Amino acid sequence: MNPQLLQLICFYLFGFIAVVAALAVITLKNTVHAVLSLVLTFFSAACLWMLADAEFLALALIVVYVGAVMVLFLFVVMMLDIDQEKMREGFVKFLPVGLIVAAAMLVEMLGLIGVKAMHAQVMGADPAAMAGVSNTAWLGQALYTKYLLPFEVAALILTVGVVAAVALTLRQRVDATRHESASEQVRVNPRDRVRLVKMDAVRPAQPMPVPPQEPSS
Amino acid sequence: MVDQLINHLVWPIVYILCITIPLILAVAMFVYWERKVIGWMHVRMGPNKIGPLGLLQAFADVVKLLIKEVILPTTANRFLYYLAPMLTLVPALAAWAVIPFSGKMVLSNANAGVLYLLAMTSMGVYGIILAGWASNSRYALLGAMRSAAQVISYELAMGLCLVCVLVLAGSLNLTDIVNAQAGHKGLLDWFWLPLLPVFVIYFISGVAETNRAPFDVAEGESEIVAGFHVEYSGSAFAIFFLAEYANMILVSFLSAILFMGGWLSPFPSSWGFIGHAGFPWLLIKAFLFSFLFLWFRASFPRYRYDQIMRLGWKVFIPIAIVWVLVAGCLKYFGWVTIGTGV
Repeated sequence: MNPQLLQLICFYLFGFIAVVAALAVITLKNTVHAVLSLVLTFFSAACLWMLADAEFLALALIVVYVGAVMVLFLFVVMMLDIDQEKMREGFVKFLPVGLIVAAAMLVEMLGLIGVKAMHAQVMGADPAAMAGVSNTAWLGQALYTKYLLPFEVAALILTVGVVAAVALTLRQRVDATRHESASEQVRVNPRDRVRLVKMDAVRPAQPMPVPPQEPSS
Repeated sequence: MVDQLINHLVWPIVYILCITIPLILAVAMFVYWERKVIGWMHVRMGPNKIGPLGLLQAFADVVKLLIKEVILPTTANRFLYYLAPMLTLVPALAAWAVIPFSGKMVLSNANAGVLYLLAMTSMGVYGIILAGWASNSRYALLGAMRSAAQVISYELAMGLCLVCVLVLAGSLNLTDIVNAQAGHKGLLDWFWLPLLPVFVIYFISGVAETNRAPFDVAEGESEIVAGFHVEYSGSAFAIFFLAEYANMILVSFLSAILFMGGWLSPFPSSWGFIGHAGFPWLLIKAFLFSFLFLWFRASFPRYRYDQIMRLGWKVFIPIAIVWVLVAGCLKYFGWVTIGTGV
């Protein structure tokens, strides 16, 4: 069994799992199961990338999407109380729209593949392998030298997104609930809260001697 | 054909067993040690009846858990309920693949080892969330939500701490990271010194990420009974237990490898025998870190939930971000010697 054959088998295995899981995302009735299938799809895609020696992208996909984004997604889906029957009601009504969107996407993808095929060597040789360094090291050097400006711009846009999200959700609710400021609580002086009293040890009071009971006559 | 099968299948499995079986035994002894230490700190004896000094207590507990019935709550989601413990255990064990035990002893000397670790530890949260959701119990769901929010928050601080280490070491490979801490001064060459605040943050985040005291609101007994695994019994519960302790030992090993020089000796190399690097040093360091987990548990009262979030987001992450810049300056201006300093 030569390595190429093994790699091919692994490729088809991961690809098959990815496709099946992706189908499961849109067919499963239970929404939590659907989200988990999406996680499996991401994971299989990461495995495929790993096969293609793109280990940084593969692991970043797992860390970012599987480890953070999908967890939050799962949260939201778990908290929703979805009526399954109602969700399926408009199927026929929305079918034409869905078909149009699907057809448009198919045409676009075919066009892209066609254009790529015309430029025979769009996918050049692996630059990391040519430079003789690991994929991660090459990616880091490319990002921080050749593509530094786009990289920083992307980072800036993401930061703006974070600030916007915080600004949208941050509101002082003075009237609604009892609110305690954490920073105020941290700054409190223990002496204002607890008073330690030093007392001399004293012998506990002796119990009163019980007078001997008169035998009842 | 047979040769290749043995080379590519049998030997890796043997190596994996060489790591996991001692790990599982270490978990058993760690549980015993925890009960002993906490007992001593509470002025009690701890387990002392089963076996000499109570050493077999952990094994007795395992047997007890394994022969107990696994109860499935009536309205639980059967498939996910049984899947959740596996989803917790598998990443906890898989993460050990890239841990280097000494200069040559490592199962997979992956180039992106640190990223792989981050990926595996971030997967563990699924087991917790699904366990909480699939049990169809309010306590379990509350525990799962708390736990997941906490793990995600502290993962960010942890990731930024790792960035500092990566900047100094210039590699994602754990073996390279330890080698970058080598030097003639022993202890003073390790990364804990230039990255002191980050080192502290990393370990505390590790404690929070494994949901251990004082950050164990996920299973705060006084509020939500046992959190996400309240409905689990028998072997399913044992798997959660195993995963939690394996993760604690993993964080201990990682703190030792990333900041305390891994298998390097704390003494200068000119000191003869004790100046040599070797596996026992890593073991001693990891043991000290794992002891800290127990010490914390017996010393500190539990944090309130909003204060945990505040600590992670408003204290740790800003400090870690600033220290990324500091680490960059240390590296750029050559204030820290990387490697043996030649």
